[in-house]
Amino acid sequence: MSYQPISFYQTGTFTVGNRLLAPDERSVQAQVKRYNSLNSGHRACQGCGEALGARYAIDAAMEAAHGQLIAANATGCLEVFSTPYPETSWQIPWVHSLFGNAAAVATGIAAALKVKGKHDVRVVAQGGDGGTTDIGFGCLSGMFERNDDVLYICYDNGGYMNTGIQRSSATPPAARTATTMAVGAEPGNPFGQGKFVPAIAMAHDIPYVATATVADLRDLEAKVLRAMEIRGARYIHILVPCPLGWGTASGDTIKMARLAKETGFFPVFEAEQGVVTGVLPIRKKLPVEEFLRPQKRYAHLFGKQPKVDVIAKLQALADRNIRKYGLLGEEH
Amino acid sequence: MLKQTEGSHAVAEAVALCRPEVVCAYPISPQTHIVEGVGELVKSGELRNCEFINVESEFAAMSVAIGSSAAGARTYTATASQGLLFMAEAVFNASGLGLPIVMTVANRAIGAPINIWNDHTDSLAMRDSGWLQLFAETNQEALDLHIQAFRLGEELSLPVMVCMDGFILTHAYERVDMPTQAQVDAYLPPYSPRQVLDPAEPVSIGAMVGPEAFMEVRYLAHAKQRQALERMPAYAAEFKSIFGRDSGGLLHSYRADDAETIVVAMGSVLGTIKDTVDEMRAAGDKIGVMGLTLFRPFPSAQVRDALQHAKRVVVLEKSFSIGAGGILATNVRTAISALPIDTYTVGAGLGGRAITKRSLHALFRGAIQGKLEFLTFLDLNREVVDKQLAREAQKRRSGPIAENLLRDVGVVAAKIV
Repeated sequence: MSYQPISFYQTGTFTVGNRLLAPDERSVQAQVKRYNSLNSGHRACQGCGEALGARYAIDAAMEAAHGQLIAANATGCLEVFSTPYPETSWQIPWVHSLFGNAAAVATGIAAALKVKGKHDVRVVAQGGDGGTTDIGFGCLSGMFERNDDVLYICYDNGGYMNTGIQRSSATPPAARTATTMAVGAEPGNPFGQGKFVPAIAMAHDIPYVATATVADLRDLEAKVLRAMEIRGARYIHILVPCPLGWGTASGDTIKMARLAKETGFFPVFEAEQGVVTGVLPIRKKLPVEEFLRPQKRYAHLFGKQPKVDVIAKLQALADRNIRKYGLLGEEH
Repeated sequence: MLKQTEGSHAVAEAVALCRPEVVCAYPISPQTHIVEGVGELVKSGELRNCEFINVESEFAAMSVAIGSSAAGARTYTATASQGLLFMAEAVFNASGLGLPIVMTVANRAIGAPINIWNDHTDSLAMRDSGWLQLFAETNQEALDLHIQAFRLGEELSLPVMVCMDGFILTHAYERVDMPTQAQVDAYLPPYSPRQVLDPAEPVSIGAMVGPEAFMEVRYLAHAKQRQALERMPAYAAEFKSIFGRDSGGLLHSYRADDAETIVVAMGSVLGTIKDTVDEMRAAGDKIGVMGLTLFRPFPSAQVRDALQHAKRVVVLEKSFSIGAGGILATNVRTAISALPIDTYTVGAGLGGRAITKRSLHALFRGAIQGKLEFLTFLDLNREVVDKQLAREAQKRRSGPIAENLLRDVGVVAAKIV
């Protein structure tokens, strides 16, 4: 296929259309022969970040595995919207067992493939933040410490959106959910709680850990492809905005993910054997307020009298991420 | 080959002869020696083509088993007591998905108060989980039932629990006849799954099913389980032709042909009951025994046939549905509800309380003489119970029950006689 060589400065942006790239530089999703692992027709909400993330991630994993891929899925939005009986959107072998055991089910699949000598067939497990950082955390940690040959992908939308937007341990501070109501002296999710599972994954010294967002889909694909080059336990944590849970416009999903990254609210990096090896630097640092203001879950911060102290605390968290991971491109 | 060995080790060897491909291990007494035994056979290289996985919980053990079974591997694990309850969600899931996992349950009480000794509360708490449940009377039967369990489960595409009494069987050194690999291979064909996760033929397993089809899915599970009522006797017959001994089947009657009183029980206590019955027969009592091997599916018609000529049935069970009564007894009573038979429920051996011949003699004598209440507890220490009830009536902050009772009983070690 012919293409027109082009330099990035000519476009004035950091992105360049696939048609302008050499075929081997084009994204997995841009290929005519992409796998459509999560096929169209599923029942995700308009603007669902998780559906977008899963589509890119699993197709990239399929590309890397030459179509030889099995997925274990935790209970949650992704499971529900993709497989309402008798329909399924999955064009790959896929199993859903329970909310809290996707990592262990994947371990079992990997063990079966190993004992049967099917070394070419690869295994992914996937779940939302509730299924990963809360109820599935024991199984996840077990899979990590045994270094089982599984790529686990967490789609983090910051709460239990499938059950009606309740708080998870990945819900950011001050966010309103159905169980961290925007009432009282300290509305929303308390500060000083929650966990950042990518850091905990790194503490297991597993071969590969990465974070990504659906704003940088080429970066996401590249990380999945990198993870698939490695055997053993791998973890990719993808920030996937949820229009329903965050109270954002369906058309703003990618923008919201970009704002999370550009404010430092969500650090995008990768790590091997427990050591950070690279970050996706912030291009143009923005105040965290830019990320918060469009979201109804933070509406209580922006009333007639903005909660400047709370916003400042959230800014401090973003600044800490920027320092900790060197997100402005400096040495970390 | 005859050998003198521990029940757990006999089971571990039998499981290894079944060529499991994935075994998940998590320690819990009194099951642990079994997975240790399998693990050693894997690590030493005696059992090849087997992944032995040390998992982080029983919930993970069953979840790993679900994954490996769904990917087409013959899968085994073992648990007991709290472990079985900790994996309960996955236990139901495995049967709902139709995965023929075989699991040993080394039967043990459920806390609180924590108690490591034998009763059947754990398995019976999972009686509605959709698993087939087989109860072994002896170590030989435990060994044999594991071989039959893989055959049965894989044929029906349903998971099977082989239940054996914790410590009483698992830790008892007895003579067993260990089959040869050739015998087991002749009996148990390689696992050919009905459904499998395979990139060459992608399927979605575990999709959501709403009201439009859920009832049918549940009914199918029932219908499939009921097929075991025909398969089990057939597999037992085939087993006998290859291994040369009776093992398995649905139930076994002992000296019951002309019995007016029939004692019904499951597991190792059948030995003590048979000894007691022998002595009572010698004294002229028309008493017999019916031991149940298959608890799920419940062989209602066969139980009815076996008990129909009795005047009274005494169900002696190591389980108890608090607030209701017997569990096994309820199933037995339902099976014979159309017959004019008095049915007595006896809770016995809870938390490892020894069931002695002396107590059984008195119990059965009472039943024959019409002096037995319909729900009783063998060797219940009424004095201690009354003392605690009085304490609670007298004082609001009456303290933790278990500690109070231990103080009243005056011993801290297990009272076994």
